[in-house]
Amino acid sequence: MWEITLPRTIVIADEASEYLKLIEGRKAFIVTDRVIVSLGFVDKIKSYLEEAGLDVKIFDEVEAEPSVENVLKCVEIVREYQPDWIIALGGGSSIDTAKAVWVLYERPDVKIDEINPLTKLGLRNKAKMIAIPTTSGSGSEASWAIVITDNKEKRKMELASREVVPDIVILDPEFTLSMPSRLVADTGVDALANAMEGYVSRWRNDISDVLAIAAIKIIFTYLPRSFRDSRDREAREKMHYAAMLAGAAFSNSQIGVAHAMGHAIGALFKIPHGRTISAVLIPSIEYNLREAGDRYIELAQAVGIGGENYEEILRKFIQRIRELLIEVGEPLTIRDLGISREEFEKNLDELVDKAMMSTGTIANPRIPSREDYVNLYRYAYEGRKIDF
Amino acid sequence: MEKYKFPSEEWIRAYKEELNKNKAYEEAAKDWEGDFLFIISPGEGVEKEIVFYVDLWHGKCREACMLPSREAKKTAFVLEGPYSNWKKLIMGQLDPIHAIMMRKFKLEGDMGKILRYTKAASELVKTASRIPTEFTI
Repeated sequence: MWEITLPRTIVIADEASEYLKLIEGRKAFIVTDRVIVSLGFVDKIKSYLEEAGLDVKIFDEVEAEPSVENVLKCVEIVREYQPDWIIALGGGSSIDTAKAVWVLYERPDVKIDEINPLTKLGLRNKAKMIAIPTTSGSGSEASWAIVITDNKEKRKMELASREVVPDIVILDPEFTLSMPSRLVADTGVDALANAMEGYVSRWRNDISDVLAIAAIKIIFTYLPRSFRDSRDREAREKMHYAAMLAGAAFSNSQIGVAHAMGHAIGALFKIPHGRTISAVLIPSIEYNLREAGDRYIELAQAVGIGGENYEEILRKFIQRIRELLIEVGEPLTIRDLGISREEFEKNLDELVDKAMMSTGTIANPRIPSREDYVNLYRYAYEGRKIDF
Repeated sequence: MEKYKFPSEEWIRAYKEELNKNKAYEEAAKDWEGDFLFIISPGEGVEKEIVFYVDLWHGKCREACMLPSREAKKTAFVLEGPYSNWKKLIMGQLDPIHAIMMRKFKLEGDMGKILRYTKAASELVKTASRIPTEFTI
């Protein structure tokens, strides 16, 4: 038995956020950040909710890579306000924060690190959740994952519960048009890795496969366009949908070593998630080929790559990914992230410890040993081709 | 090669010995503290539940034995499932975390802690699959 969990309602296309005018309830609590406020998105969402007759309160202090402290601060306000809708407006950080806040609001007896797939939370007694992503990457709007940084332990907690998949997801292309190209690339590469890792995961299934393939096809076509031209509305819209599909894909299968390694780098060096993933993506694929070559061939074929034999197809596929990352200005190595060799070596043991604790390790098609991780990190630091 | 009957006291002793030789487990579980009851549920030819006790501490197995009942020891974790699923797990046909998520096993205890030691869990099962086993039920 394997449960597939998806949002109940997904609203797409132009003016999708006007759906909020139809919401029934008393009080809505918006979880967002100051950039989103400055862009005028919060005012827009607030006005729609007020038109629906709801009182609205806003928390606009979500941090990039949100911390436990950030979540707890927000929870206190939510508990006092007692909303019946929690609305996440922003990127993956805002959505993940809102999910964690929602759990702690509904279940004051639960500690944040107790959120896991096997604990029944009994959400939706006090509130339901709407996610309105403004970036196209994490797929948090469709996933049951929550990533919150534990600053004390310098680690990203990979929390998860099927119950935190939002009730309603609003994919309004309008919100993606103001994304700077750097953010488009950082988040788009995350979406690519979500879909690819979901597709090759040991926990994959027929449903997650369909979602992953659909996402990858879109990303290969539209990410470069979306990066190049913020006025390319079609590309931005398609990428918005791809990110959601990729989120649903990995969430219903699992992440892999790229995420395991990337989360560790992000937690220790405070580097945006998408960039850390980009730096380890190609080594992670090369490492997996021994166990999942056939799956990568299927992905290659899905994006129109052919060849006379499997080796040629895989070589072309990896080259295509490399070109895509270069085209959107993403790092190809850990060194490209600005981490000095000295700092890297000093933290290598801790990076490996953290990666080994990730669910991505055991769900990866090839399960790395500690020695494998040491080598993976060292090869990824320099961008050496994996030969083990 | 001598085969160990499963379930039996000899099998769980062999498991302890094998686990204590497993360097990959030792590395993955170097900070782990917590003991388990592994319980084979009644049914599928098992008349009454069969209980193993395994005490895991900082990458080593300190104690492993059979118990007369689950009441004999209070442990941090209890992992329980039918015989056929234990057999698949020991034969390496099931990933332990995936199996728990698929509800092939019921886990009592801090799931969050288990999820931080997924590699160790995987090595626990790999160790079991290395033991020459004769399944007696």
